[in-house]
Amino acid sequence: MTTSTPDRRTTEEEPAVDRPAAGPAESSGTSRPSDPAPTADPFDKDVLPAPKGASLALLRSLLAPARRPVRIAVVVLLLQQAAVQAGPLLVAFAIDRGVPAFRRGDHGPLIAIGAGYLVSALASGLLQLAFVRITARVGQNVLLDLRGRIFHHSQSLSVDFHERYTSGRLISRATTDVESIRELLNEGLQELIGVALSLVYVSAVLLYLDWGIGGAAVLSFAPLYLLVRSYRRRSMLVYRERSTAVAGVIVKFTETMNGIRPVQAFRRERANEKDFDALNTRHLKSNGDAMLEMARYVVTSRLVANSALAGIVLWGAYRVAGGGLALGALAASVLYLRRLYDPIDRLAMFLNSYQSAAASLEKIAGLLAQRPSVPEPGEPRPLPERTTGGPGREVVFDGVRFAYRTGGEVLPRFDLTLPAGQTVAVVGSTGAGKSTLAKLLARFYDPTEGEVRLDGVPLRELAGPELRRGVVMVTQEAFLFSGTVADNIAIGRPGATREEIERAAEAIGAHDFIKALPDGYDTDVRKRGGRISAGQRQLVGFARALLADPAVLILDEATSSLDVPGERAVQRAMATVLRGRTAVVIAHRLSTVEIADRVLVMADGRVVEDGTPAELIAGTGRFAELHRAWRDSLV
Amino acid sequence: MTETRGDPRRSRPERRSAARSLLRLWPYVRPVRRRLLAAALMAVLGSLMSLVIPLALKWMVDGPVSDGDPSGVWLGGLVLLVLGSAEASLFWARRALTARPLARVEADMRASLYRHLQRLPVSFHDRWPSGQLLSRATTDLMLLRIFLAFPLTFLLVNSVTIVAGFLILLTQRWTLGLILLAPVVPLVMLCRYFEARYSRAARTAQDRTGDLTTIVEESVLGIRIVKGFGRHRGQERAFATLAGGVRDTELRKADLMGTLWALIMILPELALGAALVLGVVQVADGELSAGTLVAFLSTALALRWPVESMGFLLAITNESATAADRFFEVLDSRPPAGDPVSIPGQRAGAGESAGKGGAKAAPGGGAETAGLRLEGVEFRYPDAPAGAPPVLRGVDLHIRPGETMALVGTTGSGKTTLTALIPRLHEATAGRITLDGQDIAALPRERLRQLVSVAFEDPTLFSATVAENVLMGAEGAGEPELVRALSVAQADFAYDLPDGTATEVGEQGLSLSGGQRQRLALARAVVGEPRFLILDDPLSALDVHTEALVEAALRKVLATTTALVVAHRPSTVLLADRVALLSEGRVTAVGTHHELLHGNREYAALMSGDPHGEEERPR
Repeated sequence: MTTSTPDRRTTEEEPAVDRPAAGPAESSGTSRPSDPAPTADPFDKDVLPAPKGASLALLRSLLAPARRPVRIAVVVLLLQQAAVQAGPLLVAFAIDRGVPAFRRGDHGPLIAIGAGYLVSALASGLLQLAFVRITARVGQNVLLDLRGRIFHHSQSLSVDFHERYTSGRLISRATTDVESIRELLNEGLQELIGVALSLVYVSAVLLYLDWGIGGAAVLSFAPLYLLVRSYRRRSMLVYRERSTAVAGVIVKFTETMNGIRPVQAFRRERANEKDFDALNTRHLKSNGDAMLEMARYVVTSRLVANSALAGIVLWGAYRVAGGGLALGALAASVLYLRRLYDPIDRLAMFLNSYQSAAASLEKIAGLLAQRPSVPEPGEPRPLPERTTGGPGREVVFDGVRFAYRTGGEVLPRFDLTLPAGQTVAVVGSTGAGKSTLAKLLARFYDPTEGEVRLDGVPLRELAGPELRRGVVMVTQEAFLFSGTVADNIAIGRPGATREEIERAAEAIGAHDFIKALPDGYDTDVRKRGGRISAGQRQLVGFARALLADPAVLILDEATSSLDVPGERAVQRAMATVLRGRTAVVIAHRLSTVEIADRVLVMADGRVVEDGTPAELIAGTGRFAELHRAWRDSLV
Repeated sequence: MTETRGDPRRSRPERRSAARSLLRLWPYVRPVRRRLLAAALMAVLGSLMSLVIPLALKWMVDGPVSDGDPSGVWLGGLVLLVLGSAEASLFWARRALTARPLARVEADMRASLYRHLQRLPVSFHDRWPSGQLLSRATTDLMLLRIFLAFPLTFLLVNSVTIVAGFLILLTQRWTLGLILLAPVVPLVMLCRYFEARYSRAARTAQDRTGDLTTIVEESVLGIRIVKGFGRHRGQERAFATLAGGVRDTELRKADLMGTLWALIMILPELALGAALVLGVVQVADGELSAGTLVAFLSTALALRWPVESMGFLLAITNESATAADRFFEVLDSRPPAGDPVSIPGQRAGAGESAGKGGAKAAPGGGAETAGLRLEGVEFRYPDAPAGAPPVLRGVDLHIRPGETMALVGTTGSGKTTLTALIPRLHEATAGRITLDGQDIAALPRERLRQLVSVAFEDPTLFSATVAENVLMGAEGAGEPELVRALSVAQADFAYDLPDGTATEVGEQGLSLSGGQRQRLALARAVVGEPRFLILDDPLSALDVHTEALVEAALRKVLATTTALVVAHRPSTVLLADRVALLSEGRVTAVGTHHELLHGNREYAALMSGDPHGEEERPR
């Protein structure tokens, strides 16, 4: 009993198996009402395919640096358990030897008992403390390592991966799943080792006290083992169902709160309540089932334990009465037997937390087994010194073809050269392959065939930092990181001075609105007053790109939320600050095209028209047609 | 646990008493009070049973065993078996009695929170991140259920057990009993001391974990920027620092906890040792029987857990009180006036009758009042810093029935805010808005939102099929309406999805491009043929080609609808009959596109992009 963690019973009610995620919830494959994609895309599932034994290999590699502390911890715990289990033995000794000796006037044994008790009390407490400290360090180092690996890995995986493995799932890998492993490491393992050691010690002491009683106690493990096994099987099903039910509740909840505007505007409240009630009821039921399953286990194991206790005591008493057993030995055995059966409830808890941690570990291992499809070069090459005199660089798409790994071809084989300093506009309808072209140039993807070269150097052979000094892409969704507006602009070039930041903002026409924020450039974008519209976010994104000052700038529909003056400011900046850079501009707005030196019209992954804006407008192609319609709207 | 607990919202200086916070749970607990009481009774009995078993052992050792009476031994064994079975059954009864009812309590609380939140104004949701709300709906409610299932019962049970146990000990041998009582007071004090420090450390750990989660989320959501600017190293450094911080606080927690455990183990053990030594002396002197000593020590052991656990039970009680506060903090936020308030326990489905029919019926009124009219409308965000000017300061605008009005203004001029006032997602702080002469403040929200349909700038789709997402714009609409709406929005791509319009989209389904989502949101807005239509920059994410097609189709819808269209570009403005220019929180000009283009410098600047209208290229 003394090994118990003080709050064990409080958690007993609630195995750590399914703490709900606070973040966007994941969809565990089974929770979907119907699978939208009949194709067997592994990304539809939470668990990504991983080589067999990946979970174990991961666990082993995480624990490898901790081999020594783990060994020390085991030794400490062995000693600690010895100290703990000495108590009843001392009681037996006291009754069988201490009492008669004291009656004889020999105080020695009693003093020894007192001293022994003192030592065992101090040792059990202090060794326990040492053990907690050692294992906490081991556990925390493992978690630090694991968190770092997941983070590093998620950052090095390609954009292609991120687009298919939704952000919600990735976040829950790094939070909820790490959390369940944390709980196992924090409480579970110590619990398990404690329980196992105490079983071994108590059995050993019982055997030492009396072979018969010890043997009977060991025999009683058999039915208990069967109970634990059946509980493990049954609880797995119940808890799996429960965590699916919880995920359903979380998804519905998050979705409603994030979409509260359309929910209210379209009067979805009642329909939502109906859906939510159904999900909530499913959760309620599985919750009740889980608790009842636990209750069933507790009662059966208690029943077995108490029956065994009664039987053994009966038998022991019979033998004492018959003179076959010392009274003190029976008394001590009784105390030990109570201890022996004490941890069986806790074993159930451990099993639950172990199961959930194992499931999490499997998911994490699957994630870590993903190889980045856009790897860093082994031997990076530097970019050559600029030859053209201007800040821009030449871009060549040489025999490039791009298809998704799942098969669909997006860009058939093509060649394209963008001379240094040229501003190229790419237009075409959704799905024409404009963004894919941009992502190949930014090396978010690698081409399936052929290569993209920057001033003659293949992008694959450029080191990350070198590549990012060369090519910067501004996208439609201008994400702001927490921190101040200035921090967000400085992402373009860490270490930029406030002056440089303000100059970039000014050049893009963002200075005025930033100044009007409650704290100007120091306004926290996540705090009150930091209400920044979609258009303003895009301007901040531009300021970032200006500050980065790349040789090649890619704007992927980066002006969609800007009003006309905003767009003009961007164009002015491109004509002045970014003059001479190679620029690729993907835009819905034909106004943006006006500043281009060259226009590419794309359809179905092919460039169907290529020329200066004037040439194309004068022609009879799609562009000319679109441009006329747009011009009409301006009159 | 992954949220930022350091949120300013919850740092409330005054701590209400834990008991008072927890008492507020009563309405939810009331329905299960009998079961809970019965379970507590079972628990008390079960706990007493654990105390009686050592007495039975004593009786056996002192009586039949010492006397060598075999039949007495059998009787003793039988008694033990009965007591053991009774203990196990009581354990089971306690859990079985409360498992489903308490799951029900948790679910009821969650349902009433959800119901309440759906009816709170948008301004509330602007202030509260959904993660904060979620943690209240899940972690906090789970904690409260655990509290009801366990600490609540065991605070009572343990008190009874401790008192009963010490009474037994004292009656058996009061001297030894007093020795065992000695560590109780220092233990309770130590527990409280460590608990305070531990909860501070735990709070820090939660905050830091929240920060860590934030950086993970942002690095994933902003992956294109991180990659686009090659900022991995920076992110990883920031992450490593935060993760290291989490590790340090977790270690501090572990150390505090470890020290406390050590004390909890040592102190009672020392008292027990002293009692043992003294007991042996007394047995040797013949003042005490060996059986009594065994029983005494067994009882003392049985009492350890109840004593040790009190500190933790109190800690959980405290935490639960905080959870209850967090829960009620949300529930206490009032929904806007003028609508029925959601009441805990009220089931969904009530009041379906409100404002049914009459989406088309316009109440009488002359040309003066017909259409959509805004008079002196003012608005400031409730969380705006004091002294900041209101976003809207006196907007006057009249859209005639069947007319389409474009709303134009610079970025951040309050166009989107203005559109939110009409379906009362935000409440105008002054002035009035009328629909065909009826003040919207006097209309039930349900009714108002039947009349007004909106397509938002940020097109949110829900985890449902395409058809469901579109049809939620109109009650009772079916296949023909769906087909029509999809064709207006040029969203025919929907038929080519894997399962056509039955394809699941949204967070849990197929992810669609921005343009596709925008078209579905547009279809949703027009599917019910609403009397009033509000479109917030409805074509921004469409490519030029699709935009032209949508415009053509939309024109037919707009011809018969009273509409307000937020526009950033001339092409969108051309959908409208007239244009209103929003500037400095007021409508400063109304006219046709051409009138304003030639007569209003600000408008011309906005539409042509030239910052100084007067310097328009001379041609």
